[in-house]
Amino acid sequence: MSTQITAEIPEAADVPPPGAAPAPKARSGHRRLLTRRDRLTLGLMAGLPTILHIALVWVTALASIALAFTTWDGIGFDSIQWVGLQNFRELFEQNPQFWPAVQHNVIWFVVLIVIPTPLGLFLAVQLDKKIRFSRVYQTAFFLPVVMSMAVIGFVWQLIYNPDTGLINSFIGANEPGKYIDWIGDPDLNLWAILIAASWRHAGYMMILYLAGLKGVDPSLREASALDGAGEWQTFKNVIFPTLRPTNTVVLVVTIIEALRAFDLVYVFNGGAEGTELLSILVTSNIIGESSRIGYGSAIAVVLLLISLVVIIPYLVSTFRKERRA
Amino acid sequence: MLDNLPSPSRRTLLRGIGGAAVLGAGIPLLSACGGSGSAADPKTVTLGSKASDPVPKKAFADIYAAYKKQSGITVDVNTKDSNTFQEQINSYLQGTPDDVFTWFAGYRMQFFAAKGLATPIDDVWKTIGGNFPEAMHKLSKGEDGKYYFVPLYSYPWAVFYRKSVFQQYGYEVPTTWDDFVALCKQMQKDKLVPIAFGDKDAWPALGTFDQINFRQNGYDFHVELMAGKASWTDAKVRKTFDLWTEILPYHQEGSTGRTWQDAAQTLASKKAGMYLLGTFVAQQFTDKSALDDLDFFAFPEIDPAFGQDTVEAPTDGFMMSKSPKNKTEAVKLLEFLGTSEAEDVYLESDPSVVHATTDADTASYSALQKKAYEMIAGAKSLTQFMDRDSRPDFTSTVMQPALQKFIRDPKGVDSLLSSIERQKKTIFASS
Repeated sequence: MSTQITAEIPEAADVPPPGAAPAPKARSGHRRLLTRRDRLTLGLMAGLPTILHIALVWVTALASIALAFTTWDGIGFDSIQWVGLQNFRELFEQNPQFWPAVQHNVIWFVVLIVIPTPLGLFLAVQLDKKIRFSRVYQTAFFLPVVMSMAVIGFVWQLIYNPDTGLINSFIGANEPGKYIDWIGDPDLNLWAILIAASWRHAGYMMILYLAGLKGVDPSLREASALDGAGEWQTFKNVIFPTLRPTNTVVLVVTIIEALRAFDLVYVFNGGAEGTELLSILVTSNIIGESSRIGYGSAIAVVLLLISLVVIIPYLVSTFRKERRA
Repeated sequence: MLDNLPSPSRRTLLRGIGGAAVLGAGIPLLSACGGSGSAADPKTVTLGSKASDPVPKKAFADIYAAYKKQSGITVDVNTKDSNTFQEQINSYLQGTPDDVFTWFAGYRMQFFAAKGLATPIDDVWKTIGGNFPEAMHKLSKGEDGKYYFVPLYSYPWAVFYRKSVFQQYGYEVPTTWDDFVALCKQMQKDKLVPIAFGDKDAWPALGTFDQINFRQNGYDFHVELMAGKASWTDAKVRKTFDLWTEILPYHQEGSTGRTWQDAAQTLASKKAGMYLLGTFVAQQFTDKSALDDLDFFAFPEIDPAFGQDTVEAPTDGFMMSKSPKNKTEAVKLLEFLGTSEAEDVYLESDPSVVHATTDADTASYSALQKKAYEMIAGAKSLTQFMDRDSRPDFTSTVMQPALQKFIRDPKGVDSLLSSIERQKKTIFASS
């Protein structure tokens, strides 16, 4: 069976792309070249993913947008009630957790970009110098990225536990009068979690930059060394500019990480005051017994809009570049 | 098998892939597994259970085994993780639910009864009605006055303490608010944490609110408030929070980052004097002598007009789904579950709770259980706990974060209460 397919594929590949083809002749060729089985295979290969994509991405996204203008408890479709913009009004004016959540998502992004990203770059540059045990370091720094976020949240929650946690036990802050509540205090908990998030993110960024650095032409370094540039100057003026494509990827990845931040916080303290995030508000409103599906969808729509605002400029610039190329 | 180890043969590999494929194909079918498979079997009743923890799971299994011995009917149990069960209850009851399912009494039961997702079981109560006290009758009825629920066991909330600690310092059990506050002060002087407290999971604070509120404002107002009828900006509610503010300084610090289990450990290790929680706190007392040392008292009286007449006693039990496959046998099973015999079997494996029936044999009870049983039996009214007495969406998305906020910043109570009231109005207005 496999030989048959490989035998047929070259023929199939001979078909000119439909858009560019001179119409009548190509169409008859089309019919002759593809057997019924080929068409079935192609149909399945293209059709199934399309159906899945439409059903799981588009239908659900559009349904969620539609539901954002309704109130629905999830019991029977006849209980869906159209309420217009009421969910959004409630969200913007009454929900005491909404604006903090937006703010925290933004802080999350800023912190990830300012601390772990340069740190990841620094680690990558060091590891790129072919120092000894470089593989060991790489593995050590990358390990948090491989671990599940839920596990990371759980581990850090043990470290921050006010009574028995590592930090408080170590500095003696687990006695009455001296408590430092890393998990519950809204002035502290976001930063405490961000340390955990940064710890993971630095490893992620390190791998991305390491891959980028491997692609830098060694002759560039040589040339700049011959010109008498120091290490820092070489990095600043030669290496970093060539990392531009990597930087774009890093930016996009970090934005995505900031918007989808959820599991870590959910395990850490369930999004209590100080660590509210949009994703957690969506979950806590939709999941549960008498779910507020309309309201939760409204929050999801806000999250979607924020994502679009970030992603559209990126896509526009990418496509523009591609067209130029 | 061992000789396969060095290099798995092609066949085992293929078999593995085949198995994975079968597994994958099975997933969509799982949802249909609910009760359809045994629809035709008149000797089987299906039952959806949220009892996934080892102790309750075994205790429930013992009941069903006892029932099979007595009647020859098999109870086909479908156990899910308890949190998952609760979160998916909506879709579960709308899909193909089991004939009978485990659930909670109170508003949480009435909600699904009102939505038509449960079958009224007045005929069952004709048989079992005499087994239960008046308060349980009230708890088992829907808003339409029909019975929907068969209680199995309850566990009261109270203030727990260690007898040896009270003896050592010469403390007396406080019965009034002033005594209570004075005791807290004394404990602080004696370098104890007066009230252990852990609110990381956000629900324990609901219990503190309940106690102060129904002591101060009475059962009727409490119920109205929970049902969304009374206003949260009412001066009565404000008074509850004022009283709470008074004892808040005596609560364990850093509470929003502490689990109830850790807070219970401070009581167990004699670092804390008291702890307001359900009797399940005993689960944290793994040491036998410490467990024997554990005792509790009812939350002190605040307004003499109400005294200590209300007890918070969450009750778990069973309901019948909207269209059971085997209704005749489901009714018989529920009639059995509503007897003290069935409860006896359960309590044998899980002694942290007490019978819901009145005619129960309490001879095998521990001292704690006896006291809990008497407390419930002597109550004029029973409440279920805020997240069971009110809309779960209101308590989880509004009250839990609001009370966490109050605990940290009691001064902001006024704006907090008006925010609660505004959100309550929209939530209770929808459906």
